[in-house]
Amino acid sequence: MTKKTPFYDKHIALGGHLVDFVGFIMPTQYKGIIDEVKRIRTTVGVFDVSHMGEIEVKGPDALKFISKITINDPSALSLNQVQYSAMCYNDGGIVDDLLVYRLKKRYLLVVNASNIDKDFKWIKYNINENVTVKNISDDIAQLAIQGPDAEKVIQKLTDIDLSEIRFYWAEESKIADIETVLSRTGYTGEDGFEVYFDKKYADKMWDAIFEAGKEFNIEACGLGARDILRLEMYYRLYGNDIDSATTPIEGDLSWITRLNKTSFNGREVLLKQKVEGLTRKLVPFEMIDKGIPRQGYKIKDKDGNIIGCVTSGNLSPMLQKYIGCGYVELEYSNIDSEFTIDIRGRLLKAKVVKTPFYKDGTHK
Amino acid sequence: MNFPENIKYTKSHEWIKVEGDMAIEGITDFAQEELSDIVFIELPDVGTLAEAGKAFGTIEAVKAVSDMLAAVSGEIIETNTALAEIPEKINQDPYGEGWIIKIKMSNPEDVNNLLSAEEYEKFIAEGH
Repeated sequence: MTKKTPFYDKHIALGGHLVDFVGFIMPTQYKGIIDEVKRIRTTVGVFDVSHMGEIEVKGPDALKFISKITINDPSALSLNQVQYSAMCYNDGGIVDDLLVYRLKKRYLLVVNASNIDKDFKWIKYNINENVTVKNISDDIAQLAIQGPDAEKVIQKLTDIDLSEIRFYWAEESKIADIETVLSRTGYTGEDGFEVYFDKKYADKMWDAIFEAGKEFNIEACGLGARDILRLEMYYRLYGNDIDSATTPIEGDLSWITRLNKTSFNGREVLLKQKVEGLTRKLVPFEMIDKGIPRQGYKIKDKDGNIIGCVTSGNLSPMLQKYIGCGYVELEYSNIDSEFTIDIRGRLLKAKVVKTPFYKDGTHK
Repeated sequence: MNFPENIKYTKSHEWIKVEGDMAIEGITDFAQEELSDIVFIELPDVGTLAEAGKAFGTIEAVKAVSDMLAAVSGEIIETNTALAEIPEKINQDPYGEGWIIKIKMSNPEDVNNLLSAEEYEKFIAEGH
């Protein structure tokens, strides 16, 4: 069954191209994907991300429990701080990547839309501690206001001084007179905010943001632009770049994997991979020859032997380059390593590059 | 959406304009709008033989790759090489600057199998 977000009528009114995305009717674009990418990189735009899931964790053992089920270290979080993390199965495969919010009375886990039910089951299955968990996804609306002008727009709607909220920090405060969790986060590489609130205020919030943003020519943007923005930053997309058959070490997420924590789900396998080394790894690459790498295309050595597979790829409108990422055998994973992508029978050259692909993002 | 009267259409959303035994082919306004954001085009070599209903090249938008099918059979005598640098011309002007190939028709009767503007508009309206 497909679900509508509380902004469905807004998307229709704006002429959004709506598709079924993992069970939600979502806009892929309004006026054009490339225009929307450029808008976020240069001014400000709004994404409906209400399909994302929110799971509350409360109770005396909440920190201990979250530390067990996630690979990053939530004990490092101060009040109102946010952390990018992931959950693993005991075999090291990734259940989901997520954000962990440490709020006043609870922790909030923000998970991918495609994984809400699976994640919630896995979380409940893991409880041996004194915690209560609640899936509040269906009650929460979420908007991401992204771009260099995002702060100016949201500042008009609140008394708190937004300049004091640092990147990956949050506040529980009123925006447009609506109680929210507001965080300086987003998955675009630009400055911006994500705002979570009761879905019954969806229209009021949307209208307030668009009214405040009018002087900055704010416009709605769709998932198509979001996918390119995240790829330009080499941010992973669950289901493409990482999944239950890949580990965070393989998925180039060692930087969020805290193996010094004494125990957490998947630790043994991840530690072993770290110590003994990998056979394959996710790498970011750009095309030397002209062609668009796409998910599922084979990566080959110069003799045509398969050495891996593309997981994401597209045109970077900002760089005017064709970029992508994919898993390759370890010997091809160093910067400047060259290989070919089999683009519908043509072997086109590509090389591993440093990331982010797009280096001028305004995220703080 | 725009359906000029002076050209013929295919059910795979190409158009041709016939000039003597020569046909100019492109993709329709409907096709460019469906594809949106065209970012790459693979053109055939001049001199290649096109066969009606068979792929002569591919067109890539941000989110999709499609084959382009020849509307008529014949020799490809020219390609719109400007599209290699500026493929978005197809979005901006699908029936003009966004033309894709010119074919010297080997079988001009192929044109009789194509749709008129009215027929194509009806075909689209039926949800194809």
